[in-house]
Amino acid sequence: MTTAPSLGTPVTGPAPEVDIARDLARRALPIAPVAVVVCGLIWDVDGALSAAYAVVLVVANFLAAALLIARAARISATVLMAAVLGGYLLRLGVLTVAVVAVRDAGWVEIVPLGLTLVATHVGLLVWEARKVSVTLAFPGLKPGAGFGGNQRG
Amino acid sequence: MELLNVVAQQSPGELAAGLTAVGRGIVYGAAAIGPGIGIGIVVGNAITAMARQPEAAGMVRTTMFLGIAFTEALALFGFVLSFIVAG
Repeated sequence: MTTAPSLGTPVTGPAPEVDIARDLARRALPIAPVAVVVCGLIWDVDGALSAAYAVVLVVANFLAAALLIARAARISATVLMAAVLGGYLLRLGVLTVAVVAVRDAGWVEIVPLGLTLVATHVGLLVWEARKVSVTLAFPGLKPGAGFGGNQRG
Repeated sequence: MELLNVVAQQSPGELAAGLTAVGRGIVYGAAAIGPGIGIGIVVGNAITAMARQPEAAGMVRTTMFLGIAFTEALALFGFVLSFIVAG
């Protein structure tokens, strides 16, 4: 007879969240210049600065979430639940403060800031989900590797 | 009644600014409730899955993290909307 693991015991195994968040941060590097240039063309320098700020906020948000989850999982599953829900509130609060604090600054355009925030967040996730869905289904398969070693994406 | 008297004494500009702030709070608050419930469901089920099948914890945590991030995007929509619409 086997005993079920207790919710008070640590969640064992590697922390894939940190790898995903690091991957998301790496993917944000080519996205950031595109967002900055597009917003710069439409809203001038203020728009470009706002877009850059938004990308930084999104990446920081992902990294903070991953580190929080990874650290909580090392303690116990119960702490993981509390950390995720508490972390959600905390990160939304920090995000709100980060935007409200600069809202009236001269270099901030709220529309490009907001649009970049949402578009980068969702875009990075879709991009990452595409890779993760392939690796989860076929762990040995690297996405983008076609026949004959052709790399794309 | 007293509240209505206070409202009636405000100038139109002050009233508009106040109502905008209230509306902003309602939009952001309402937009944050749904993802809060959603994240609770995602994490709750992920922990159940990890307790039942500890060897699949890595896969469960991967999908859990993406699920949390996708759900959180809804709150971001509300947050951004509250700023953009209110001006």
